[in-house]
Amino acid sequence: MALDAAIVGPGNIGTDLMYKILDRSDSINLQRMIGIFPVEESDGLQAAVEEGIPVGTEGIDSVREHADEFDIVFEATSAKVHASQAPVYEELGLFAVDLTPAAIGPYVVPVVNADDVIGEATNINMVTCGGQATIPIVHAVDRVADVEYAEIVATIASKSAGPGTRQNIDEFTQTTAAGIEEVGGADRGKAIIVLNPAEPPITMRDTVYTQVPDTADIDEIRDSVADIEAQVQDYVPGYEVTLEPAMKGQDEVGFDLGDTVIVTTMVEVEGEGQHLPPYAGNLDIMTSAALGAAERVAAQPAESSPIGRVADD
Amino acid sequence: MTDVRLVDMTLRDGMHAVDHQFTPEEMADIAAALDAADMDVIEMSHGDGMGGSSINYGFSAGTTEEYLDAVAPEVNNAKLSVLLLPGIGTVEDLQLAVEKGADVCRIATHVTEADVSQEHFEYLEELGLEATGLLMLSHMASPEKVLEQAKLMESYGADYVYVMDSAGAMLPQDVTDRVSLLVEELDIGVGFHAHNNLGLGIGNTLAGIEAGAETVDGCLRGLGAGSGNAQMEVLVGVLKKAGYDVSPDFFGVMDAAEDVLLPMLTPETMPELDNDSLLLGYAGVYSSFLRHTRRVAEKYDLDPREILIELGELGVVGGQEDMITDVAARMAEQGGAKAEADD
Repeated sequence: MALDAAIVGPGNIGTDLMYKILDRSDSINLQRMIGIFPVEESDGLQAAVEEGIPVGTEGIDSVREHADEFDIVFEATSAKVHASQAPVYEELGLFAVDLTPAAIGPYVVPVVNADDVIGEATNINMVTCGGQATIPIVHAVDRVADVEYAEIVATIASKSAGPGTRQNIDEFTQTTAAGIEEVGGADRGKAIIVLNPAEPPITMRDTVYTQVPDTADIDEIRDSVADIEAQVQDYVPGYEVTLEPAMKGQDEVGFDLGDTVIVTTMVEVEGEGQHLPPYAGNLDIMTSAALGAAERVAAQPAESSPIGRVADD
Repeated sequence: MTDVRLVDMTLRDGMHAVDHQFTPEEMADIAAALDAADMDVIEMSHGDGMGGSSINYGFSAGTTEEYLDAVAPEVNNAKLSVLLLPGIGTVEDLQLAVEKGADVCRIATHVTEADVSQEHFEYLEELGLEATGLLMLSHMASPEKVLEQAKLMESYGADYVYVMDSAGAMLPQDVTDRVSLLVEELDIGVGFHAHNNLGLGIGNTLAGIEAGAETVDGCLRGLGAGSGNAQMEVLVGVLKKAGYDVSPDFFGVMDAAEDVLLPMLTPETMPELDNDSLLLGYAGVYSSFLRHTRRVAEKYDLDPREILIELGELGVVGGQEDMITDVAARMAEQGGAKAEADD
């Protein structure tokens, strides 16, 4: 079943998402791009007009006015705006894919838990860029070797970190850590973010450390990670494991490991360069994951789809 | 009021030298000796700040809470300081430190990224707590850029802002250029933090003070990341000799260094200016990379200096300790491929 969609918030994220939907989605039909400024003041709305996509300029009022045109809304505004608009989407029977840190609905990482969550929830949250890049790896390790603790270090180019990220950097670390636990399956999670100002800008890279029992089988872990890498690549083409899972034992660290070892995996995320430059893999993976999640909603069998359901029997 | 405020970081930057393994009891003993010697400020936390206890930077022997519980009761005259790097620690860590009796919080960012610290400064301002901003790896930015970022921290409510020579890569003139511009243009006090990787720990600190720095950092016995920081008891002696009025008792800090700290160290944890730490200063690499780089070099059978040079060329910043493995793995792979081709 193909779904009709609207993007609310024609900023960098919303615009990049528009190009991704137009470029490659068979199951999501973009019907409208909605902002709050006149078209001539919004680069994103202008881009939509150029692509022949109808626009709205009245924010949530435009959503209400055209709600019968679409089934699903991508929220690419801010956490505060999503918090106030989410009840409206619900009232209008619209499925919401939330790209802000509002996290009103459950966290979704398409390759890990989309199929569990979609069908239950009508509002899903895309965690963070670091979460989308690293939670699949944590999950891949956890399913073959119980992950007691997972820690990720996300390094992004300074140029790709907007004012929202900078003013709320704690939100990134806290939300990502929560996602590592809730979706990734680690007993405890920690996230670290580093901004690097080097020129030319560096590609987004993430290191994933998982602490597992020393009985874990590294070949099994490697196979599991390779498997999930391929699955992520289905919706994030620029996703790549750059360091295969490597084990570290007691004599390679300066602290006590007990009966555990550390498995280190590194990934890089290169953007597709539709609207954002390729180094901004951190933004790209959010729009790719949001589209990936929406496509999974579209692929749900009609009777279990929360959209347009008749009764909760 | 004295001429220069001295911040002892034996229990913070010094933690890098011991892989963050000081116990809460050891910290308490050192803090008591520093407090008795009239140190102005005593800083304590994981070397990478609160929240730094991790696989990437090394788990510390105790938690922030355990360290604060042990140290705070020993600090009666000095101010107690903690460190936080946004992106690693969060406002929750600041809350804990304040509850446990910290008087000063120092917030550190890379020299070009001061705007990630706004929420942390605003939180401290609400509490009326003294806040210091630290601009790390200041050698990587021009004096004008350092000033621009220092002004951001000033606007967020910082009481002091520091030029941090985190890589020990500055020459005295680099220190003078940055500190004097900040002193001229800011309304708040300016500080300087040295590492000794080019043998300039004390000299650069003196240059900073002569350029107008009101507050400077050091560690007993010159503990600290890389080849260590400015050696505190030497700094006290030098400043006294130069005619500056400083608070710490000269013999008191010497005794703290030799009688209290030294027995806790081994030849392996006592920093020295060796070839690898010299390379940190030369290549401009964050000093705390040293011990991690040595471990990784051994694993991949590489020369630590080659890894450090490559990290310097990549413009790696503080917090990117994971890049050491990344670079080493790539170098080992290329080296392996080369060896095969040679066969």
